[in-house]
Amino acid sequence: MTKERKPKNVFKEGAISSEFIAESIAKHQSKTSIGAHNIFLGQVRADAIDGKTVSAIEYTAYEDMANPKFHEIRETTFSKFNLTCMHIYHSLGTVKSGEICLFVFVSSPRRKEVFKALEYVVEEIKAKVPVYGKEIFEDSTHQWKVNS
Amino acid sequence: MQLQIKYFGLIAEITNCDKETIEFSKTLISELLEELYDKYPSLKQKDFKVAQNHEIVSNNSKITNPEIALLPPFSGG
Repeated sequence: MTKERKPKNVFKEGAISSEFIAESIAKHQSKTSIGAHNIFLGQVRADAIDGKTVSAIEYTAYEDMANPKFHEIRETTFSKFNLTCMHIYHSLGTVKSGEICLFVFVSSPRRKEVFKALEYVVEEIKAKVPVYGKEIFEDSTHQWKVNS
Repeated sequence: MQLQIKYFGLIAEITNCDKETIEFSKTLISELLEELYDKYPSLKQKDFKVAQNHEIVSNNSKITNPEIALLPPFSGG
């Protein structure tokens, strides 16, 4: 039996707080078929480029395409791995260095599934979702981030 | 047909706007790009893909939707 899943809005304005992440974990205590969670947190790195340091990343996205892409990635991940649930949140707007900009949370009865599923989801997001990071330096100049 | 062109990231800096409406009478993505290169010559040196109906399409695709997006390489996460 397949459950119908509606596209969710993945984007959150600004950084993803540790309180929000903690609450997400706590909400799963009632789902007692789960035996393993796995969490990926993307954090803004203070890269030094030509003597200047990144102080924040300003995220924008083609939201009309990005939300359906996130949905497609969710559906494919559920079909490939035995997961109980999955949550994805990505920041828009300004996220300072050291703050969290991406939160991916997968849960399953068994640990082996969540290790594989989490890597799959994160790599798919990086490759397929039209999100753009503008790296802002301390002197207010900027450059466009490139994923490696 | 009237097309709404959306620009993102580095591409929006070159065009100096994140969207614009243009009147277009031809049929292919490649023909639209020729017009945009005339308007914004420095676009030619930039790496980007074109999306229609929220999917990446090749330059020899026909234009079937009034919304076209120019997408530089993604850098989410």
